[in-house]
Amino acid sequence: MTSFITPSLVNSAVQAMTPILLATLAGVLCGQVGVFNMAMEGQLLVGAFAGVAGSYFLGSAWAGVTVAVAATVVFSLILAYGATLFRGDSVVICIGMNLLASGLTAYLLRQMFGVSGTFSDPGIVGLDKIRIEAINATPWIGWIFSRQTAITWMAWIFVAVLTIVIFRTSVGLRLRGVGEDASAAEAMGVDVQRYRIVAVLIAGALTGLGGAQLSLGGVDIFSEDMSAGRGWIAVVAVMLGRNHPLWAALACVLFGVADALSVRLQGQGLPNQLTDILPYVVTLAVLAVSHRRRKGGVYLETITARA
Amino acid sequence: MSALTFRRPSRIPAAPLAIVIGVTVGALLILASGGNPLTAYWAILIGALAPASLPDALNWAVPLVGMTLVAALPLRGGLVNLGGDGQLVIGGLVAALAPLYLPALAPGIAAAVAIVAAMVASGLYASLAAWGETRLGVPMLISSLLLSYPAVGLTSYVVGFPLRDTTTGLAQTVMIPRAARLATIFGPLNIGLILMAAVALLAVFYDRRTAGGYELRMRGLNARFAGYGGVRLASQTVRVMFASGAVAGLVGAIIVLGSQFRFHDGALIAPGYTWSGLMAALLAGGEPLGAIGAGVFFAALQTGGFAMQRETSIPRVLTMVLQAVIILFLAIRHGVTRRSR
Repeated sequence: MTSFITPSLVNSAVQAMTPILLATLAGVLCGQVGVFNMAMEGQLLVGAFAGVAGSYFLGSAWAGVTVAVAATVVFSLILAYGATLFRGDSVVICIGMNLLASGLTAYLLRQMFGVSGTFSDPGIVGLDKIRIEAINATPWIGWIFSRQTAITWMAWIFVAVLTIVIFRTSVGLRLRGVGEDASAAEAMGVDVQRYRIVAVLIAGALTGLGGAQLSLGGVDIFSEDMSAGRGWIAVVAVMLGRNHPLWAALACVLFGVADALSVRLQGQGLPNQLTDILPYVVTLAVLAVSHRRRKGGVYLETITARA
Repeated sequence: MSALTFRRPSRIPAAPLAIVIGVTVGALLILASGGNPLTAYWAILIGALAPASLPDALNWAVPLVGMTLVAALPLRGGLVNLGGDGQLVIGGLVAALAPLYLPALAPGIAAAVAIVAAMVASGLYASLAAWGETRLGVPMLISSLLLSYPAVGLTSYVVGFPLRDTTTGLAQTVMIPRAARLATIFGPLNIGLILMAAVALLAVFYDRRTAGGYELRMRGLNARFAGYGGVRLASQTVRVMFASGAVAGLVGAIIVLGSQFRFHDGALIAPGYTWSGLMAALLAGGEPLGAIGAGVFFAALQTGGFAMQRETSIPRVLTMVLQAVIILFLAIRHGVTRRSR
């Protein structure tokens, strides 16, 4: 067992999980106020690109992170206003946003840095890894938390913060009210639209942070479509966790374990084309099992692209 | 400010206005990166519509319109199929393997068998997502997308290891025999164009003239009402997804049998037909004829994009930005007009 699960495996799994976890928290926050956000794939990409651009031009990793968060918040304005004030269909808006992110980052990559595919440069300053000797020496805890970026630490702190805010504060009560019954919340004097807009923008900031971790938290490069399905996994995690931050985080851990397992199996000589699909198969299986209660149901919500 | 001016439904049709907005945003992007929008757009126009480039544009339009129908069929009933990539590669692989590993057949029949096999395989794979929703309660939006990854991984494995053409260094099958290839009509155009046109006509006919098409439209307008009215929603979901997947399989087969003559790992999904097709379908709200028009428009835009990249230094991904802006504008504007009623 110990030879199968090594400290470095656990460590890299936690590192790889961070962008997904942050995107998941973003999805949870949006879900709580009744906005279906599935644009995290694009938001992560925008964050990753802006992070690299900021770090490269400003010469500091944290400047990059700031730019990433700011850019993703601006990008999230499309969903924040499109799905509330303009009452667009969030599914259509999110699909559009994902494609916009993919096209725009690829375009800017060529125009700003003159490369296509991947941009790597010594000028990109990556995030520092936090080393605390007392923690590093402890088994398990040390494996998990040693040599992680500050964003990874923040992500797990945010899980706790979000849980407390949503379920233990008056702001959280109103948030949940907006999501559960908007007209009732409106009648109670809650500005539904403002809650939704602010929640979507905060979610954008969280995903932007995740994007920065993706590009600056280890590889220090940007490559086209580098979010590579992580935003979609986050959508699934939100669904599995039923908009509860703790359960959704647990779903992320599950995915992280499956991912680490696939890396391990690859080490045993299995081709990566096969091991790569393991996380998706596990996710599908868990989805199928967890949704069994609604067996035989047909979803009645339909999307409206045009009347 | 725009909230107030857009509140009244304007007389300008939504789609052309959206295209104007998209073109304007694109022009601003080109200006910001120091290019000349006029020369860029002229290059796109010439690259798409000049007589010399028309066959290429048509050839690009065949798979794109196909994937547009893949998205449009379910969308008409308010369902979203995000698994086009997976269905496409399954169809492509089956189309390549059928003529290679089945006994040799007469020229026309070999291709026909390959196409039918590809359509059935992809159709079944797509129904898996529908079945996941109707039997297991997993939303199809997610299951269709998640099923895409195993399909891409499996096909990649199959051509990378057991059935690889070992004479080349690439992950691809051996060339399919001449007998199974699609006959060419003119230049790069092959029978696939006619097949796709027939499928497109069939989709429009089904939508407008059949009971099934009517039921699907009813579902798109109000699924609950359609259910009360006696439409069997669960079996409808499976049937629509089978048809949608089958068209994706046809697209894969046309590409493999018509132009590439082998299944090459990644070659089917790299051009991004699936997502462009989804955008085209969304542009028309799933209405088949409009969606086909939008698909042709996007195909022209993308073919023109290649020319623009050659003629000017502006990368062709710009056309993707244009498409996304058009969709976003439509989605948002539609919401505004809906509210005002």
